[in-house]
Amino acid sequence: MLSVADLKKGTKLTIDGDPYVVTSFDFVKPGKGQALYKCKMKNMISGTTLDRTYRSGENFEPAQLEEKDMEYLYKEGTHYTFMDQQSYEQVVMEEDAVGDSKNFLLENTKVSVLLFGEKPIGVTLPNFMNLRVTQTDPWVKGDTSGSDSKPATVETGYVLRVPPFIEEGELIVIDTRTGEYSTRVKG
Amino acid sequence: MSKSALHIRAQVLQTIRQFFTEQGFLEVETPLLIPANAPEEYIDPVMASQQWQLQTSPEICMKRLLCRGYERIFQIAHCWRADERGSRHLSEFTMLEWYRSNADYHTLMQDCRGLLSAVARRCTPDACFSRNNAKINPNLAWQTLSIQEAFSRFAKADALLSVQNGLFDELLTSFVEPAVAKNPVPVLLVDYPASMAALARLKPDAPNYAERFELYVGGLELANGFSELTDPNEQEIRFEEANRVRQKIGKPALPLPKPFLAELAAMPPAAGIALGVDRLVMLTSGADRIDQVVAFTPESL
Repeated sequence: MLSVADLKKGTKLTIDGDPYVVTSFDFVKPGKGQALYKCKMKNMISGTTLDRTYRSGENFEPAQLEEKDMEYLYKEGTHYTFMDQQSYEQVVMEEDAVGDSKNFLLENTKVSVLLFGEKPIGVTLPNFMNLRVTQTDPWVKGDTSGSDSKPATVETGYVLRVPPFIEEGELIVIDTRTGEYSTRVKG
Repeated sequence: MSKSALHIRAQVLQTIRQFFTEQGFLEVETPLLIPANAPEEYIDPVMASQQWQLQTSPEICMKRLLCRGYERIFQIAHCWRADERGSRHLSEFTMLEWYRSNADYHTLMQDCRGLLSAVARRCTPDACFSRNNAKINPNLAWQTLSIQEAFSRFAKADALLSVQNGLFDELLTSFVEPAVAKNPVPVLLVDYPASMAALARLKPDAPNYAERFELYVGGLELANGFSELTDPNEQEIRFEEANRVRQKIGKPALPLPKPFLAELAAMPPAAGIALGVDRLVMLTSGADRIDQVVAFTPESL
């Protein structure tokens, strides 16, 4: 159990069955009055925020969170299946929980899956992923429009801006934290 | 080069001393390590040993000096309150207290006006305090609001009922403090519910209220003053009531300051006030957090 005095920015706790992370925290105590703990929290699954005021003596269930190394296997409808690298057990994650990571997720990618109890609630990809360009307009030599980037679609269907010299079929490196083009894969 | 918080702090301390000395107050020192503080429901002393506590306020010893005939005294002292830490709280902090014989809380409010004007004039470039990028001018007319008025205006609630249903502190911090924070002059909240003023005299014409006030500057609670209760029997009953509440909420009862109770009958009518010096330095320097105005925080030791 966590007591209210253990709470600080970054503490993860369970409220109404959902995991929350404390995003801001202040101790207030009006003259001669009771200590109050003003907390802003974010639901780690839905992203919604919650403002609560607690008093001393209140206790909380810490959020049982665990990160596990897994391999992404395949997608079926809106369900993404991952396999635990140690137990070989499979878990299924909803597309909402996968979030923007779906733009960079290739089969057999090694990822880190965040579990709340048994429930997978998030996935962390390697910072850089190599993805193949499936569609982009050719670079017209002598183009003087001055544009230094053009749209390109990669094999996951994700569209991003790339430099004009990138061609269809090339492998490019994408920074999964920003979703932006990083460099091309030589060779 | 702009002055560091510690330079401003030193200047504030000098200004306080000069202000009170010019007003004929005697600066006193009393022991920090004492066998008993005034028992309070929600203030926990730091225990130095089984028998000795660090003071949560110098009030007990200073009132004993009033009993001995010192009429106007002030003290700047370190105080300790267990488990109080936040953007406006340090477990060890600096308190200014002053006491006047033959005076009541109205005189203390006048003292506050004089002191804050002097500090703003001598320690800030524009004679104004700052809080959250807003200026608060102590040289203009202050706002005085009874707690009852403040609650009905800002919290749409009755102050006495809020005490009974346990929501007073929450309504105060959620609605009243943010509302008074917008005021460009200091605000005095006066006449607290009787049950929230363990050492204060009740209002003769309205005994549900006590002659207690809180001074807010930019929404920051700066000082708490009151007309002193001088009846030793009533005082002992209130201490015991505070201990009963403590035990009900699972805290140990605290020893009573017996010599203080024994001498209280000899105390003249008086008024006393405690002001958070660290917070005054915050307002003078425009610091957001109390951490910015002390040489070291407990976490950095």
